[in-house]
Amino acid sequence: MKKLSARRRHPLAALVVLLLALAVTGGLYAAFAPADKAQADDTAQSLAIKEGKKLFAVGCASCHGTGGQGTSDGPSLVGVGAAAVDFQVGTGRMPAQQPGAQVPRKRNIYTNAQIDQLAAYVASLGAGPTVPEKSQYSSDGANIGKGGELFRTNCAQCHNFTGKGGALTNGKFAPTLEGVDPKHIYEAMETGPQNMPSFGDGSLSKQNKKDIIAYLGAVNGDESESPGGLDLGGLGPVSEGLFGYIFGLGALIAVAIWVAARTTKAKKS
Amino acid sequence: MSNETSATTTRRGPAPRGERIADWADGRLGIYSLAKSNMRKIFPDHWSFMLGEVALYSFIIIILTGVYLTLFFHPSMAEVTYHGSYVPMQGIRMTQAFESTLNISFDVRGGLLIRQIHHWAALVFLAAMMVHMMRVFFTGAFRKPREVNWLFGFLLFVLGMFTGFTGYSLPDDLLSGTGVRFIEGVILAMPLVGSYLQFFIFGGEFPGHDIIPRFFTVHVLLLPGIMLGLLVAHLILVFYHKHTQFPGAGKTNNNVVGMPLLPVYMAKAGGFFFLVFGVIAAIAAIASINPVWAIGPYRPDQVSTGAQPDWYMGFAEGLVRVMPGWEWNFWGHTLNFGVLIPILVFPLVLVAIAVYPFVESWVRGDKREHHILDRPRNVPTRTGFGVAWLIAYFVMLIGGGNDLWATHFHLSINSITWFVRIAFFVGPVLGFIATKRICLGLQRRDKDKVLHGRESGIIKRLPHGEFIEVHEPLDQEQLHLLTQHEQPEPLELGPEVDENGVERKLSRAQKLRAKLSKSYYGEDSVIAKPTVEEYKEITSGHGHH
Amino acid sequence: MSETGRHEDVPEETLPGERETAHEGAVITAENPFADPGLPPHEHRAQDIDERAAKRSERTVALLFVVSMIATVAFIASYVAIPIDKIVYIWPIGHISALNFALGLTLGAALFCIGAGAVHWARTLMSDEEVADERHPIEATPEVKAKVMADFADGAKESQIGRRKLVRNTMFGALALVPLSGVVLLRDLGPLPGTKLRTTNWKKGVRLVNASTNLPLRPEDIAVGSLTFAKPEGLEEDDEEFAEKIAKDALMLVRIQPQNIKDKHELSWSHEGIVAYSKICTHVGCPISLYEQQTHHVLCPCHQSTFDLSDGGRVIFGPAGHALPQLHITEKDGFLEAASGFGEPVGPSFWERG
Repeated sequence: MKKLSARRRHPLAALVVLLLALAVTGGLYAAFAPADKAQADDTAQSLAIKEGKKLFAVGCASCHGTGGQGTSDGPSLVGVGAAAVDFQVGTGRMPAQQPGAQVPRKRNIYTNAQIDQLAAYVASLGAGPTVPEKSQYSSDGANIGKGGELFRTNCAQCHNFTGKGGALTNGKFAPTLEGVDPKHIYEAMETGPQNMPSFGDGSLSKQNKKDIIAYLGAVNGDESESPGGLDLGGLGPVSEGLFGYIFGLGALIAVAIWVAARTTKAKKS
Repeated sequence: MSNETSATTTRRGPAPRGERIADWADGRLGIYSLAKSNMRKIFPDHWSFMLGEVALYSFIIIILTGVYLTLFFHPSMAEVTYHGSYVPMQGIRMTQAFESTLNISFDVRGGLLIRQIHHWAALVFLAAMMVHMMRVFFTGAFRKPREVNWLFGFLLFVLGMFTGFTGYSLPDDLLSGTGVRFIEGVILAMPLVGSYLQFFIFGGEFPGHDIIPRFFTVHVLLLPGIMLGLLVAHLILVFYHKHTQFPGAGKTNNNVVGMPLLPVYMAKAGGFFFLVFGVIAAIAAIASINPVWAIGPYRPDQVSTGAQPDWYMGFAEGLVRVMPGWEWNFWGHTLNFGVLIPILVFPLVLVAIAVYPFVESWVRGDKREHHILDRPRNVPTRTGFGVAWLIAYFVMLIGGGNDLWATHFHLSINSITWFVRIAFFVGPVLGFIATKRICLGLQRRDKDKVLHGRESGIIKRLPHGEFIEVHEPLDQEQLHLLTQHEQPEPLELGPEVDENGVERKLSRAQKLRAKLSKSYYGEDSVIAKPTVEEYKEITSGHGHH
Repeated sequence: MSETGRHEDVPEETLPGERETAHEGAVITAENPFADPGLPPHEHRAQDIDERAAKRSERTVALLFVVSMIATVAFIASYVAIPIDKIVYIWPIGHISALNFALGLTLGAALFCIGAGAVHWARTLMSDEEVADERHPIEATPEVKAKVMADFADGAKESQIGRRKLVRNTMFGALALVPLSGVVLLRDLGPLPGTKLRTTNWKKGVRLVNASTNLPLRPEDIAVGSLTFAKPEGLEEDDEEFAEKIAKDALMLVRIQPQNIKDKHELSWSHEGIVAYSKICTHVGCPISLYEQQTHHVLCPCHQSTFDLSDGGRVIFGPAGHALPQLHITEKDGFLEAASGFGEPVGPSFWERG
């Protein structure tokens, strides 16, 4: 908070805001403009890195350093890989709004093309996990049951049985996995954003990750079944207890008041 | 009474069939004598008197649905691989207990509904008992002759907690299995016998293959059997003592005003059973409870965040969560205070409320029967104690869910824990003081209302221009209600020296009793209620400020 | 308000007399405005004086009972007609079982309407005149008490229990001893603990196997900031005693830059910064594993005990009483293995733990 408000008065603040606004405008334009025809691969790659560097200088360099080497405000991005960028920027966590116990998910302001450019630039700084292919996180060929077991062994301790999120120490938390793009879940497992440990292929194989994502899709998607009725947040006995008190006992007390009340008397005439 | 007299009047022809059956039963069971005193028994009407009924009916619902569930449930820890109809569990290894719970939920038509009714009714059962207990407490309904029945009710509450806990553990899901692991830790923490008890109770190393079948016996036979006995005793005593009533016109300590059992009370109470069942069935249709299929089977190396017991154990959970990690090693032995202290405080807090009636009766030295309920404001010390107890209870309940409050209100789990640690000690004291002040304020208001009437809201302008609010005098019913309570003098210890100037020996207990008595009846707890003289003086002057 | 204060010292003696009259019941005296006026006179309901209103009530009650009947029929129809696996979307509840929803609502309606009908009947058609019943003291009269005491004395005397002390004492002895049989019978509930609480299946040379992939772990599988769960080699999920074993053997592996490991002993038991800790909380045995890779703290989801994996598994918050046990690991033939068993019992404390 302090750092940010201090920076708000910085002589260059206006310039940063202006550049940011320009980037957004440009981004919006890029989003609506029809995509250019794909060019030859190597040129596209170097072009992407170049574009990405520009975007990086505007949105990321203030914390991560102009070369992504890291500063006191942000870690080094050398070797984090494209997957980390795709996750952090794609879920709106980066650029961070303010320092705090944890940087929350928010609306993403970059276009997919810009994220790819940023990712290409950061990947060029040092080798790291790449953005996964769709086939890696799609549910084809996944074992949902096995995924559930893996989820309960590796993930549920922080993210809850069906990925509703949970608390960590000192205000940190494991976020809910509801509505998170399967690609981002894959990337999170691979890169270990913020305080989440990473689960590289040595700890969870590619098939393991696929199974876990398929399980989440089955129990925590938009169409996930809750056969018993309202899932009460999927949080377990606390919300059940509250519901039981407020709606169960509450309704019964309302009924009891009706049962015990005196019947209306006829008006004296 | 007319029913019985009509039966003996002369009549032509044989008695109707129903009467002949009743005659047959009477010759063997003596039902007419029983009915004579009970059929037209009077029960007072008040919604708060029905909280106990909610508990009773949910207990019946639990038994009915529980019997149904035993028809399908296999209390076995033998391991199987699931091949049932719930896809996300297929191919997973689980115990038969868990598998049969999945089958009840997905393959027995209506099984899910009955399971949910059973579990919702259990939550409502405990909640209703708790609120019922608080109603009895704050109105002083536990006083003589009902102290024993208070204890029966308290035991039902405690047994209900453990019956609930064993039942919650039966499906052997990941959540309840974590709870069973906690029980293992508690047993291990016991000095001297802990590790032996753990091996005996679990039939070997945790988790073993015995704990679910053993919990099953405890859950469906042992505890409900004891509870059923206590429940019958509780109800017999309610009948025998006749129900208490709130003070009011025509209600004295020697009568009970209300409606006769037959027909009105029978229709209302009988109807209320169906209402309770209906509401719980509707809740079971709408809201999911303990979705074990989403939780998964128990494996000792797996866990989920948000690992909580059902709400009635949340208080104990809170105690354990906020306990600092103290452990004592000496001469090759270990005392795990991080578990032991909460597990000792838990029964102590419960016992504090259970023995309260005996403490109060000792302090008051009151040997009379009490059938008119107290208005809580008129007994500020008791009301304050009750509020303090509730605050301690609910602070710990908050502690039991600290991780969920942390995520849902964006707080730090460590700060919540510290808040609970402090509030557990400070909250009850503040609550006690505040409640006592509020009670005194209400007593003053009552006195004011008696002496000066009710504020009517009508503003009148006097000839000399002053505006006053017209106060309407209360009718006699109201006057009686606000002045009927007793205000005894606090216990006096007498002079410290006897007539010979020798210091009298007072036992510590006597001194304590005098001190407590003062807190009940001393100036800090009682606003002297208006006397007839005061009332007359003010009303005859027919003018007030 | 101020005058209430002034009247506080009114002598209490005036009160009991007045109370006496109040409790006599319906004594209304001009002398005492606070006296109990007695039960208020009964007032009629519309149904008591207007037969049309009563008819309306009757119809309402009957309607409720009829609705209940219809609901029961609907319950049976739903049971027969709706497939058990049918899922429907019902706003705002979600994607729920059609059968559960239909059965629950129809059963609820059938029951509720019976109750509502009965209560409406009682409230509107049955007599609502409040009556008073007398109470009688519960204590026995002195005569009854005297009779009981005399009977008891006679009985006790006739039994000679007071005279023949030998009979009495041996009887008490026998009664005190006989429950012991019941206690003894409980002995076979389970075996004695032996050393089972102190030992695990980890010993020198046992390879660490990834609990998720079921493959032996190599040091390069464990990256800095990652979290991996391991079990001892040879322990399979379908083993007879899998649950008992994994309940003690479960392990978590993390890699910390060696310069960030504060505890020297921890460093010496690690391998290239890879440290292996018991996954079983030392408080009550939950599988603790909420690992924060930046702080190296691991939190228990059950009671929030927090341990610092970069500092010997020390407890930094919560109710756990001692550090997490560390497993000494080493590398052999490119695979991670235990260099020895656990140096101390894993899991919750117990009396003999020491």
